[in-house]
Amino acid sequence: METSETSEPLVARHVLEFPGGYTRTTGPVIGRFLTELRAGRIVGVRTAEGRVLVPPLEYDPASGEPVADGYVEVGPAGTVTASAWVREPRDGHPLDRPFAWAVIRLDGADTSLVHAVDAGSPKALAPGTRVWPVWRQQRQGHITDISHFAPEVTRIVSPIRPEYRIQAGGALRTFLDGIRRGVFLGGRCATCDKVYVPYRASCPECGSAIDQRVELPDTGTITTFAINNLPDPRAPEVPFVSAYILLDGADVPMIALVGGVPAHEVRQGMRVRAEWVPESERALSMANVRWFTPTGEEDAELS
Amino acid sequence: MANRCAVIGVGQTHYTTKRGDVSIAGLVREAAIRALDDAGLTFKDIDAVVIGKAPDLFEGVMMPEAYLADALGAAGKPMMRVHTAGSVGGSTGLVGASLVQGGVHDRVLVVAFEKQSESNATWALSTHLPFNASLVVGAGGYFAPHIREYMRRTGAPAHIGTLVAVKDRLNALKNPYAHLKIPGIDRRMVESTPMLWEPIRYLETCPSSDGACAMVLSSEAKVTGTPAWVHGAAMRSEPIFRAGRDTVNPRAGKDCAADVYRQAGVTDPRRQIDVAEVYVPFSWYEPMWLENLGFAADGEGWKLTESGATALDGDIPWNASGGVLSSNPIGASGLIRFAEAALQVRGMAGEHQVDGARLALGHAYGGGAQFFAMWIVGRERP
Repeated sequence: METSETSEPLVARHVLEFPGGYTRTTGPVIGRFLTELRAGRIVGVRTAEGRVLVPPLEYDPASGEPVADGYVEVGPAGTVTASAWVREPRDGHPLDRPFAWAVIRLDGADTSLVHAVDAGSPKALAPGTRVWPVWRQQRQGHITDISHFAPEVTRIVSPIRPEYRIQAGGALRTFLDGIRRGVFLGGRCATCDKVYVPYRASCPECGSAIDQRVELPDTGTITTFAINNLPDPRAPEVPFVSAYILLDGADVPMIALVGGVPAHEVRQGMRVRAEWVPESERALSMANVRWFTPTGEEDAELS
Repeated sequence: MANRCAVIGVGQTHYTTKRGDVSIAGLVREAAIRALDDAGLTFKDIDAVVIGKAPDLFEGVMMPEAYLADALGAAGKPMMRVHTAGSVGGSTGLVGASLVQGGVHDRVLVVAFEKQSESNATWALSTHLPFNASLVVGAGGYFAPHIREYMRRTGAPAHIGTLVAVKDRLNALKNPYAHLKIPGIDRRMVESTPMLWEPIRYLETCPSSDGACAMVLSSEAKVTGTPAWVHGAAMRSEPIFRAGRDTVNPRAGKDCAADVYRQAGVTDPRRQIDVAEVYVPFSWYEPMWLENLGFAADGEGWKLTESGATALDGDIPWNASGGVLSSNPIGASGLIRFAEAALQVRGMAGEHQVDGARLALGHAYGGGAQFFAMWIVGRERP
């Protein structure tokens, strides 16, 4: 009959570890394999039928005969035929990060060996993946002289980072000076009688120089727009509206953010006004215009 | 008067999200070898090589043409690179054709490619320059407002874009090279995908693809195999910030079409052209370009789409190959349109062949709908 006293199990740890570790006498075949590993090579043995066994066996499992005395260098690369992903490596595993145990058929071998593959993710280790051994610096003649295998290099990261010093052109400088003052500056092409904003020094239609500056009001009409559902560092939230805004008196629209109104209430023809950041926060930048926000006026007629 | 020029070889890679097995050189080589095989030629038979691709920022390889010369057998030959934004594939074909039409070379290899998997095109198109006076929002964010304006002007019902998204993907199922294969795609599936840049839904946009396309262009004297004859070739551009510019129905596109039609003797494109491969990266650009290219009157393009006229079994199939909506290695996308037009009139388009196609339009556009490239190819010698 169980009582609270007797249900407490009597438990202790018991380790059987021969001091210094067991030795293994390798015999000539396995000894040759391990000696070659120490030298950074992988060899198999050729059986009487001509099959190459890797890792080698002393006796051919097919015939029971001793393997012929023919060592063949194989690999070093091989092909994964199957693998199992280890999400949480344990003590004694060859790698301290997630890895795969894989069955690897080395080039030139007729049998496969099992080894660890450092593949990053299980997706990178489909059957057929080519892998190469990664050798330990200090080798001693042990299967762990191969630290692990790793997939072939098929892709590199190319760190390209051109860095420029951008100097705004004179026309843009003029425009941004206006934006700092809270004014949209345009330019009138005298030939075409069209007002371009931002201010520019030449007409894209006829090529004439533009020397007539025009101060435009900060009100305009949304001609068309997109509701963007992908995040953007310059937009406060998703969705955000990017709109073509035709400033009053201008002949070309500018693309700008629309705010202060739910995205799905924005309309083509909606009247809007620039919302400026406080003067103390302004720089030579379009960021001075936080966005355009509805004026509440009646919608403009679109042609 | 230009000398006659013919397409005698077409080569494409399979278009896919990521070609992890080849370098850029290997990719273009694959398309080039297939084009040469089609023509029964080798690199030795080629006089000059023209390479096209979209901005270098896409792969981060500056002047890739210099590195690709070896892969394309261009050592010791004239070699040049073309870049006109998204229309570059078309422009590459036209620059190659002009070298033949001008009598400079007898056989020109044209190759265009993109390996989008090496970075991200939206990133590359939205680099935020300091002091920018305008908001830059990538290709989808740029084109969505113009689509909205098209819908407002024409009163087109909202499902028209969906019809194109379905039609082109059904065509893609018949094209072994197409990237997107979506068996069973229908309106409901497209309409269940999220709005990315309203009014553009996810399945109304083109994919990001790796791939290359190549053609061998030949003078009349050096034609081998089955030729597709160039009946017209035209490029146009217009300034993006021109006052009064019609971004829905751009003037450069109309002018380019008028030029290429005049050369080919086309007065009624709807009736005279048998099949068109037109650059439609967002589904709504089919009805928009139907009007821009004169296949429909202003405001009527969406009715043509809705009637099924542009389907593979319609009277004027558009994008029998599945188009840009199904495969988009950006720099190559225009050349693929030109190549598919050539395949159609050569009778070599396989399962997506339009029966009896004799005259075909290849079209590409780029930038803010400001660069256009078009050609008309025919079965008969012009």
